[in-house]
Amino acid sequence: MTYLAPTTLNEALAALSAGAPSVIAGGTDWYPAQGTRPVKRDLLDVTRIEGLRAITRTDSGWRIGAASTWSDIIRADLPRAFDGLKAAAREVGSVQIQNAGTIVGNLCNASPAADGVPPLLCLDAQVEIGSIFGIRTVPLEEFIMGVRQIDLAQGELVTAILIPKTTDTRRSGFVKLGARKYLVISIAMVAVTCEIENGVLRKARIAVGACSPVAQRLHALEAALEGKSPEAAAPLLQIAEFSQLAPIDDVRGSGVYRLDVLRALISRALMEAAYG
Amino acid sequence: MDDGSIGFCLNGNPAQSVAHGHVRLSDVLREEMGAKEVKIGCNAGDCGACTVLIDGLPVCACLTSVAQAQGRDVQTLRGIDLVLLGKLQASFSAHQAAQCGICTPGMMISAAALLKEVPQPNIAQVQDALGGVLCRCTGYRKIIDAVVAVGAPVAGAAAKGAVGDPIARVDAACKVDGSERFGDDVAPEGALVALVIRSPFPHAGFEFGDLDAVRALKGIEAVLTADDIPGVNLFGTIPGFIDQPVFALRETRFKGEAVAAIIGEADVINAYDTDYFPVTWQELPAVQDVSAAQTRDAPQLHEEHENNVMCSGFVAHGDIDAGLRAADIVLSGRFETSFVEHAYIEPEAGFAEMVQGRLHLHVCTQAPVMNQEALAGVLRLSKDDIRIVPTAVGGGFGAKLDLTVHPFLALGAMVTGRPVRMAYSRVESMATSTKRHPGRITIKGGVCKDGLLTGLSFDGDFNTGAYASWGPTVANRVPLHASGPYRVPNYRAAAKGVYTHCPPAGAFRGFGVPQSAIAQESLFDELAEAIGMDALDFRLLNALDNGVPTVSGQVFAQGVGIKPCLEALRPAWEVEKTACATFNKTSSHLKRGVGVAGGWYGCGNTSMANPSTIKCGLRSDGTLVLHQGAVDIGQGSNTVISQIFAQSFGVAVEDVVLVGADTDLTPDAGKTSASRQTFVTGNAAKLSGESLRRQVLTLVNAAEDAQISLGTGTLEMSGGHVVDLSRMEVGEDGYVMRAVASYDPPTEPLDENGQGVPYAQFGYTAHLAVVEVDTQLGTIKAVRIVAAHDVGQAINPLLVMGQVQGGVAQGLGMALMEEFIPGRTENLHDYLIPTIGDVPPIETLIIEEPDAHGPFGAKGLGEHALIPTAPAILNAVHNATGVRLRHVPALPHRVRAALKEAGYE
Repeated sequence: MTYLAPTTLNEALAALSAGAPSVIAGGTDWYPAQGTRPVKRDLLDVTRIEGLRAITRTDSGWRIGAASTWSDIIRADLPRAFDGLKAAAREVGSVQIQNAGTIVGNLCNASPAADGVPPLLCLDAQVEIGSIFGIRTVPLEEFIMGVRQIDLAQGELVTAILIPKTTDTRRSGFVKLGARKYLVISIAMVAVTCEIENGVLRKARIAVGACSPVAQRLHALEAALEGKSPEAAAPLLQIAEFSQLAPIDDVRGSGVYRLDVLRALISRALMEAAYG
Repeated sequence: MDDGSIGFCLNGNPAQSVAHGHVRLSDVLREEMGAKEVKIGCNAGDCGACTVLIDGLPVCACLTSVAQAQGRDVQTLRGIDLVLLGKLQASFSAHQAAQCGICTPGMMISAAALLKEVPQPNIAQVQDALGGVLCRCTGYRKIIDAVVAVGAPVAGAAAKGAVGDPIARVDAACKVDGSERFGDDVAPEGALVALVIRSPFPHAGFEFGDLDAVRALKGIEAVLTADDIPGVNLFGTIPGFIDQPVFALRETRFKGEAVAAIIGEADVINAYDTDYFPVTWQELPAVQDVSAAQTRDAPQLHEEHENNVMCSGFVAHGDIDAGLRAADIVLSGRFETSFVEHAYIEPEAGFAEMVQGRLHLHVCTQAPVMNQEALAGVLRLSKDDIRIVPTAVGGGFGAKLDLTVHPFLALGAMVTGRPVRMAYSRVESMATSTKRHPGRITIKGGVCKDGLLTGLSFDGDFNTGAYASWGPTVANRVPLHASGPYRVPNYRAAAKGVYTHCPPAGAFRGFGVPQSAIAQESLFDELAEAIGMDALDFRLLNALDNGVPTVSGQVFAQGVGIKPCLEALRPAWEVEKTACATFNKTSSHLKRGVGVAGGWYGCGNTSMANPSTIKCGLRSDGTLVLHQGAVDIGQGSNTVISQIFAQSFGVAVEDVVLVGADTDLTPDAGKTSASRQTFVTGNAAKLSGESLRRQVLTLVNAAEDAQISLGTGTLEMSGGHVVDLSRMEVGEDGYVMRAVASYDPPTEPLDENGQGVPYAQFGYTAHLAVVEVDTQLGTIKAVRIVAAHDVGQAINPLLVMGQVQGGVAQGLGMALMEEFIPGRTENLHDYLIPTIGDVPPIETLIIEEPDAHGPFGAKGLGEHALIPTAPAILNAVHNATGVRLRHVPALPHRVRAALKEAGYE
């Protein structure tokens, strides 16, 4: 096997089209998955690619380069709509994991419990994908297709997350439920972004993770909350249906439990966004 | 970048690695650059033991490819700014923030990174910064204290180290500077590596293919199977229950059971894909539940054990039926506990080599002499031909009593004639090491309206897994302890160990007593409530006392300390009852509650010989040497035994040179288990110190209370006596004077009803827990723990606190999050232990009711510390919510289901 650590994107894309190396960045998912088995595939390390580790403002919004770490997100100067994403970043694993792990790696790993997905769904994130044939972008909803399944062909590399312009007034919140304080995989999590105008919710976006194979926006609930005060959400949540979700039973909790606590988690995320 | 030439800066110096780019930085640092202060606990980013700084930021070296270090600045503990490092070391030592020391480098380097940014951090900042490093010994609070206090003046340590002095541990320095050497730190360069082939199924038949083809591979030196065992292919711990094969023969009985081992050059073994090992498996029906295992149709694990029952224990006292009939109220309950993993941060590891025809095994172990005896049988060697040198032990808690890597290393070294090393992977460790027995318990208790207990019956089935290990000890101990430290006039308790196709359950801090305490202490709360009595008053009313018989009919004339422990909780109890009620008045979904529980634990083996021997001597140059064979697994026996010895001989601890543990150098001090080292080995140390002192005094006819001071080649005593050691004849072991003394606790056999003298002493405890329950989510947060412990005499109060706080953290984990599911939670991200953010402030209240037999009145402590924690937490949850949880761990989904059933929205 060969370890490739290109310094330019073109080199990386050429290597990807020439072979089928595993892509590695922070290694926080790759090494645990590899365990003690011998490494047989070539590895492509994207952390030395020039310009890939950067969080920048663009004409159309924000660009989070594919080698940006969770710590980079936490430290970046971003509008309050990103507070939920920052909160998620602070709750990923530990400081050690945040310093190495990348948010793009979190998307590409495509775990149902990926903490980065719900906040990014609420930010209408797009995924930028490069190959030697050019660049394409895909909405995050479509990029993650299932458990460990992503819309990434051989020869392609995720190069960035693109987030459209957001107002300075858009607020956000994130609530993670785990069985201990640090180093914990989410039982469930909820992200919210919203505007508050004259005390009522506008354009709220709510996304739920670890309750379906891929984290999902709750469009019906979002619509129902339009124009309502955050306090008025509670009765609406009581009657809300989550038929689009299909949480499973696992060692962290039962599916029944995940659905059961969802109302409380959404309510708390909404309050955090509105008043946090 | 090309493989094979990766340069970076390591601790300020240029470093060059020849490893492939993908190799974990942790492996390169340890194996290529000798930076053994970088510890490997999980290879998955779950434990943080391998934390290093890259360009100043903490990362897990196990998740970092060495290629990513190219051109960067890498710092291990030894590369930290010396001024800061010095302050951290002083603070960690003074606060006893290091116990076993395996997590210490990761903790300290994380702390160093924080302190660079935040010179005076608060508790929350310390928790956030150290949240990625797991510790299994300390309960974290002393670590938090140490980091918060960095830079604050360190209180002058009591220099002498007399009994009762809270001195820093004698081995603190090497634990805080990274030089401590654990099981995987000691193998010589070029040692062969052992790799074990294991069953992928809970129950399977298997056949080997062409093993010679593997043997023929370049760099493979041996392939070992059951055919290669020179002696008896069985090991175990209890006579009559030696039933576990080193290598399975035709059939495996749990997932992870060994069938073969490959011994080869390190690079060859690292590159060997076990999928290609020539073995075919046939999965067979498995039974993993104790109830199912006892049905007629269940597969039988061991022919001679009908219905898979391994053995049972029984205690009867008074007349249980009459006792329950006489009660005004009888309540019963069914409780269930889970497999609990020891989760020491150091996986099992060691190396073996042949030295002048003898086998030397360097290994992390709690029981060197037991290991020596077990290996002698397997290898068909005489005990004298085996030397066990315990390395530093990175946590044990019971599972490092059993053989683990030992036979593979020993056999490998014998067959190849070369040193052989291995360290279990985290998955291998968790899949195959022993566990705490899951208990399925039915308990029934009767009480009169005046609050007096009239009777208690207890029935427990314990899942002992595929092999016996310490299961018989659990079956015997539980009925003797299931009454708790209370006067129960009419009592019947039965416990059974049942074989299943699970990993062996064995010794784990408390040998089944933490499980039985959950049932008994929960039931006691219910009984108290039923008669309208305060939970603490109820316990005090029924508590044992001097002169009151235990359930085995044993009567202690002195030293029964449960009442003072319970009384010590009263101030916090009264305050918290009111505070919780006040909190709950205005809180909607957060509910607070307070709970108490008592506990006791008999120190040492149950009605069995259990001796320890300690040797000491004076050299002609005036050196005083203590041969201390009680393995220090972090609990502090090196320090405690030294304090007892120094006091007995009459010098300061710093005058004592410590030797051991090492089966060639130290006499048998027994195993580090059953809370016996302070008590049993402590007594042996006291006797040997006193014996040597008498020899010295007699020599010059000095007074009994003469002060001794050690000089160079001389001993000076008050009264003007001087002994010129340098002119004395050098005798055995190179000493001019020596003493060897043994101590065996006075116990007596039990009759068929479990009546007799099972233990020479018990230690007593009572804990108070305050919890906050989120009724919407079912999560439980511990807010405060108060732990009262009767230790007879605290030899070292700092170490007492260390044992207590670490035990509390394990009890908390058992109550709230720890559930080992065979084949499913074999890593430290699916199996959760408490992190630094989960353990609340712990107040340790030391009670000293001197024991008649303990050295200076001291009692053992290790296991006591976790026994009452879980039931105190469960009782606090009931106090907060009115909901009684009978299944641990109280995971959020279980708690929420119980809350909903009770009508919570």
